[in-house]
Order: sequence, then C-alpha cells, then structure tokens
Amino acid sequence: MSEPVSATTYWIGYKTIVIKEVTRILRIWAQTLIPPAITMSLYFVIFGQLIGRRIGDMGGMPYMDFIVPGLIMLTVITNSYGNITSSFFGAKFGKHIEELLISPQPPLLILAGYVTGAVLRALLVGIIVLITASFFTDLSIHNLPVTLLVVVLTAIVFALAGFINATFAQKFDDISIIPTFVLQPMTYLGGVFFSIELLPGIWEKIALVNPILYMVNAFRYGMLGVTDVSISIAFGIILVFGVVLGAVCLTLLRRGTGLRT
Amino acid sequence: MHALEVLQLSKTYGNGVEALKGIDLTVEQGDFFGLLGPNGAGKSTLIGIISSLVNATSGETRVFGTSVQTHRSEAMAKIGLVPQEINFNQFERPFDIIVNQAGYYGVPRKIARDRAEKYLKQLSLWDKAHKMSRTLSGGMKRRLMIARAMVHEPQLLILDEPTAGVDIEIRRSMWEFIEQINRDGTTVILTTHYLEEAENLCNHIAIIDEGIIVENTTVKALLGKLDIETFVLDLGAALDRAPSVDGMVIELRDPTTLLASLPKSHNLNALFRTLEQQSIEVKSMRNKANRLEELFLRLVDKQDHPAQASSGATA
Repeated sequence: MSEPVSATTYWIGYKTIVIKEVTRILRIWAQTLIPPAITMSLYFVIFGQLIGRRIGDMGGMPYMDFIVPGLIMLTVITNSYGNITSSFFGAKFGKHIEELLISPQPPLLILAGYVTGAVLRALLVGIIVLITASFFTDLSIHNLPVTLLVVVLTAIVFALAGFINATFAQKFDDISIIPTFVLQPMTYLGGVFFSIELLPGIWEKIALVNPILYMVNAFRYGMLGVTDVSISIAFGIILVFGVVLGAVCLTLLRRGTGLRT
Repeated sequence: MHALEVLQLSKTYGNGVEALKGIDLTVEQGDFFGLLGPNGAGKSTLIGIISSLVNATSGETRVFGTSVQTHRSEAMAKIGLVPQEINFNQFERPFDIIVNQAGYYGVPRKIARDRAEKYLKQLSLWDKAHKMSRTLSGGMKRRLMIARAMVHEPQLLILDEPTAGVDIEIRRSMWEFIEQINRDGTTVILTTHYLEEAENLCNHIAIIDEGIIVENTTVKALLGKLDIETFVLDLGAALDRAPSVDGMVIELRDPTTLLASLPKSHNLNALFRTLEQQSIEVKSMRNKANRLEELFLRLVDKQDHPAQASSGATA
C-alpha cells in the first residue's frame, strides 16, 4: 500500500483546473465577455428605454429598473450553463479531459474546478451587465448578502445542469438543444420582463412551477426589495436543485458516464 | 516490488466484445517491458484499465502494490501515460499544457515551470514552448505527450505506440530519451508497431492476442526460441544468382545483398569458405533486424496473412 494522496496535491489540482478555466475565458474574451454586454445594452435600450417608457411602472417601480435584475440573472444563467457545456464537452470531444481522468484528482474536485470556472465567468459577465445597466438607470442594492448568495447559488445550479448536459452530449448540437429549447423559454417566462401578477388565473399558478422564477425574484428582492414569491421558498428551491444536481454530477463522474468505457 | 500486477483481468464491452479474458501479468520494478499484439488484441484496453480510462469487468490491477480499482488516486499518482492518440488541447501552448498537467498531480507551479522547461529542452521542443500546439508537427506532438507524461516524474511510464508515424531520426532520439528515463529508475511499458523497436529496447516482452497472453518472457529467451538465424551480407560486387551452400538457404535480396538463413547449430565457416572459393567479396555482415517479427507471427498464428507478414506493421 502507498501513502494517501495529500490534501496539498488535491488543492493544487483544483487550483490548476480553475486557472485553466479562467485563462480560457479570458483568452476567448470576444466570445465570452463582450457579447453579453452588447446584447444587454440592446435590451436596455429597446425594452427599458423605448418600450419601457410606454409600459410605465412594473412591481411599483419604473420598468427599466424592474428588468435590470432579471436581465442580470438571464446573463448569469446562460453564461454559467454555456461555459461548462462548451468547456467540458470541448475537453471531452478533444480527448484532453483524459489529462484529468488519469490524474489523481477525484470526481468531486474535477467537478468543483469546472463549476468554479463557470461561476467566475457568470459573475464576471454579471458585473459587466451591471456596469452596462448603470449607464441607463440609477442602481442601488437593497440587500447585498441576499443578492450575492442568490447569484452565486444560481450560477452553481446551472453550472451543474450544464455539466450533466456536457456529460451526455455526443456532438456539439447536443449542447445547444437544452439552452435553446428549455433554458431560454424558462428564463423568459421566469419573470425577467414581467411580474407574474400580470398573468391571468391559471397561468400565474403554472408560472410558479418554473424554478427560474424563484431565482429571478430572489435576486430582484436582493437588488430592489420587491418579489412575487417567498424568499425562503426561493432559497429552498435553489438549494434542493443544487444538492440534487450535484449528486447526479458526482454519480456520473464516479461511474465515468460518457467518459470512461 | 512489482511495478505492475494484473490479476485475472477481464473486460467485456457493452456490445459484447470480450477484449480481455482473465489475463495475468507482472512487470518488475525498473523493467523495460514490451506489450505486443495485433490490432484489436486487447493492448489498448489493458492500458486503458491500468490508467483508469477503462473500467474492468472483473479482476484487479495494482501499480506498485496499489489497486487501481480501490485506490485510484494513489495508483494514478505513480503513472505517466503517453496515449496512442493526440489528446492535448491543440489551442494551448506546450508550456501551459505541461505546467497544467503537473498541477493535476500536485506539483507546485514554480517547480512545474522548471520541469516543463527541463523536459521540453530534453525533447528538443523548447523553441516551440510558447507556440500554439496545433502548429507542431506529428513528431513534435508525440514528444510533447512524452514531456507531459514525465512532468510529475512517475514511477511507471506507459507508452502506447509513441513512435507511430515518426521519422527514424526523431524515433531514435525518442528511444534515447526513454532509455535514459529507464536507466534513471522509471519502469517503462511500451507498445509498438515496430518490432525492431521492442527487440532493441525491451528486456521483457508479453504478446497478447484475442484477449489472452500468449507469451510472456525475456527478449533473450524469446529470441532463443528461434532455431533459424538470418544474416544480411553486403557484397563488394553484384551477383547474378545466389551461391548454394549445404544446410543453408541463401537468397539474393538485390544484386549486392545476400540473405543467409541457417540453423543456430551450424557455424558460418562453410558459408565463408564457399564465398571465398567463388571470389565473392563480403564488405559487411549483420543480423537481420525484426527477428522478433518471425516469432510474433508464429505466436499469433498470422503466417497465412502475407499483408501482415511484411515489415513490422503487425504489432
């Protein structure tokens, strides 16, 4: 028998994955950091300024202010999910994931490294969108701890979901199906642009099944102090999703699904 | 201590293909071990299981006494793998690839940078260290994978056809590097298509065919099984036909090259007497390379396949 692998080895390994991920994000900055700023600027101009003036107030505040938290969350969700799917699937497709699979790094730290990379990109892009928004409206944070906690936990949840997608993906098309046909509709219907109070009867109840609604509203509460749902329930849902998706990811990695034969 | 123990190892893939059928294998510490076999024999599956890229159906593999199946991390810390296929990110620079790989094994970044420089220099890649990897030639990419496998200084280095498609000059420089690593104490397991390579480098050889080990012995013992030896004679002048010598088969490979095959029990005096009588000048003589090929083909029963019997493309 040999000595167990040291905690230092694991720590350096985890840091290496994170450094590699951040380096990748910064190396392809034109793909990772700039597009969200441009897209969100258009949203702020068209929906916030031009259409928003005609809409008037939403949730007791100017429409422009109302959509800022939702658009930040939209960015965080899509970037967290998109980063891990493209990076992990790219590593799988190019076979360089084998560099990690044959190393002493355990599944938990491989997952943690990729998730950290995705969360860092989501936060970086979120900050860029926040700065962009500051050119269109006066921003203030109602509750900083809630704001930060919600954004980080949501980024983790969608990084985990993206990891599962990348694990099962066989070709590049497979990593664009869920963002296009599931994630984007759920996010747009998750209260980014409207309060669910506007929905008639049964549709308001159906909207409550969408977990993204809780994340967007919890974040909106953190920034503006207004929400359509209970913050405790929102945190509960985020945590449940995080734990379940995390457990699924670890099981897949331990079994080597899509990675080991 | 054994560098590698393979115990009753079996692998059946989901499609029903039985790649390994309960094989046993031992590699001693410090050995230079050759693993040969025809395509589809199970070599890559075996290497995949040792390096944890393939899950075994049953059985166990131990690296320096540590089970890959129950203590994966500890076992992997001792292995360096040079795979058959290029598997690094071709959009990264060689230096970064090696430094990151070292990090996965817990090598601090400062030491990793020093080692990256050391191995890239030893493998004549230092001038390419900061170029994009996709711009490297095929031989450079293979050398980069060797540097990457060595950066955490493993106790066991596994090379899966490291010289495939590499020109002879680079192949020889790679042999020298790997031999030096072995002399420095690293156990080496090599699979190769070039049987001459296995004969020159390895101390022990195992031949695997259809998922079972058909031979596992020293190179010396294996070659000892050859009862016929073939010599190549380079002549001073061209001949029209091969001379005849009792008890030997003499062939004219080209006008100035003779191939003389004779049982090991015979001596060469009769050959030289005949050549001298016929005023045939011999400028030089050597053993025919790829003697192993003959044994290999015999062991895996492929003599009836002329395409595979030609130069060394059968392992």
